[in-house]
Amino acid sequence: MPIDPGPSDDAQGIDFRRDYDNSPCGFLTTTPQGLIRNVNQTFLAWTGFTREALVGSRTFVQLLSPGGRLFHETHYAPLLQIQGWVREIALDVVCANGQRLPVLVNANLDRDEAGSPVAVRIALFDATERREYERELVRAKDRAEASEQRARELARTLQLSLIPPSLPQIDGLEVAGDFRAAAEDVDVGGDFYDVFAISADEWIVALGDVCGKGVEAAGLTALARHTIRAVAVGLHTPSAALAALNEVLLGHESDRFCTVAMIRMRREGDSWRVVLGSGGHPPAVLVRPGDPPVMVGGSGPLLGVIEEPDFEDHQLLLAPGDALVLYTDGVTEGRRGDEFFDEDRLLESVDRNRSSAFAIVDGLVREVGDFQDGHLRDDVAVVAVGVRG
Amino acid sequence: MDATTRHHVALSGRAEGQPIVFAHGYGCDQSMWRLVTPAFEEEHRVVLFDLAGAGSADPAAYDPERHSSLEGYAQDVVDLLEELDLQDVIFVGHSVSATIGILAERRVPERFGALVLVGPSPRYIDDPPYVGGFSEQDIHELLGSLSSNYLGWSSVMAPVIMGNEDRPEYGQELTASFCRTDPDIARRFARATFLSDNRADLPLVSTPTLVLQCSSDVIAPVEVGEYVHQQIPGSAYALLEATGHCPHLSAPGETIAAITSFLRDRVRV
Repeated sequence: MPIDPGPSDDAQGIDFRRDYDNSPCGFLTTTPQGLIRNVNQTFLAWTGFTREALVGSRTFVQLLSPGGRLFHETHYAPLLQIQGWVREIALDVVCANGQRLPVLVNANLDRDEAGSPVAVRIALFDATERREYERELVRAKDRAEASEQRARELARTLQLSLIPPSLPQIDGLEVAGDFRAAAEDVDVGGDFYDVFAISADEWIVALGDVCGKGVEAAGLTALARHTIRAVAVGLHTPSAALAALNEVLLGHESDRFCTVAMIRMRREGDSWRVVLGSGGHPPAVLVRPGDPPVMVGGSGPLLGVIEEPDFEDHQLLLAPGDALVLYTDGVTEGRRGDEFFDEDRLLESVDRNRSSAFAIVDGLVREVGDFQDGHLRDDVAVVAVGVRG
Repeated sequence: MDATTRHHVALSGRAEGQPIVFAHGYGCDQSMWRLVTPAFEEEHRVVLFDLAGAGSADPAAYDPERHSSLEGYAQDVVDLLEELDLQDVIFVGHSVSATIGILAERRVPERFGALVLVGPSPRYIDDPPYVGGFSEQDIHELLGSLSSNYLGWSSVMAPVIMGNEDRPEYGQELTASFCRTDPDIARRFARATFLSDNRADLPLVSTPTLVLQCSSDVIAPVEVGEYVHQQIPGSAYALLEATGHCPHLSAPGETIAAITSFLRDRVRV
């Protein structure tokens, strides 16, 4: 097919033919059906084809890799037909020697005055470097996703080390506990709980929350949990144990604080004598047969903030059928829009599920989750002890 | 959520006319049919919809498990026909939706009056002596090239297509959704489409069928169209002069003529 070179060397000395052929991008003109009608030197030099091999005998889609053909037919061609142009389509041109040339393609569909398609004009940019860069990006994205997965697993493992793998069996007592991490959170949280014996009929239950998240918070959480274990044996009241914990936290380089609810319970016949202490923690919930659940104890100074704070001990007797519930603020501060789960829902939930310590923990964790459509905004830890009736 | 919302269903044409349902192929959405549908509005109830995960279909309607195979898409079509209570349906399916239509017809043949398969392929990968047109490696290369394209597609292309202040000639509605797909969905749909093998379903089609084949189609070559025609009992076959894979865009007149002629002959029989 003869090529009209255009007005070479026109009055202004503009050489359109040379400008076309030596342009730093490849040019193709095709019929609306894709048959190549014109091609510039740059494209021929890149691909190693002769003009004769292309013009009048090949379609644009025939120059593409098989994957590129599929993409061309399913995306490029429909877009071109409907909106009249495509931009930045990534394709591979198969060169005369079989090698692939990665290109970015822009194309316009030219129509005549009646609206019928006349020609497709295609500009191709060598995208070898860019494609390699994109592959790097894809690889980096894959690596990032794998790293995130590893971080999640690490956080989960660390988190599990902050709560006992299983709770002890205590004659005459039901002990139930559960922990749920906040949804879509890679970081390890600061909630913890522990239940351990200090003598045959004497037990400590502790539940706390270190402010913040992440590795440092987790370290401090482990420190708090193990400090309570270490000091509880020698220091007989929760207030004394909390004071000791406060000193340890003050001495730690972290300026994070924490809250802890701690109970020491000793068997007295069928009942249990309980001393309840709190370092800045929400009050516990006491359930007694025939009465609505009530809040007991709670608050007091935060741990790890001030020197020599005063902690109070709260005494009570858990008779058969009674239960005591400790929880972190992930329960009461569970949010749905502007609405909090709050203490009223907490008390109602405990009331509904009062049949056993296990029912209380299961019911509360489930209801806090449901309240937030299954997406916990914050970690939730709950422990309940019930005296068997 | 009803089918109309799930699939962005658009109804037009004669309310009491015989329903004709147009199903778009892999890649774009129902706008693919815009040059063809007007010709059927006088006589038919025209039903357009977007496949799950495509165009303006409700994103919540896409279920990675259900839509990991074409059977899930076929059940979508069945649900759509049942919810709209369409009878004696003329189902026009392009490309992968030709297969989806066949699978839907297998499930509820009583609702189908005719099948029009535009550029169908029951299997894209060669399986000698069967010719699908692609090697397995080709298909995996396509899946790879999707990653490469969507890298620019999702984050760079989309704003350009949507915020077309400097291209007022392109309707907002059209360009906002056309050919835009969530890259993950596009990859999964490509896998479900191009790795499928539904050859065994062809002989079981009991609805009068027209196979519309383009004369040069790199996705569904002529051999494939002839194979589909041979395998579907009593099917009609029309080889279009149109080239490419989208005759409804590149040669709407010829496409319309082939469909209406098939429907006319059917009535006469």
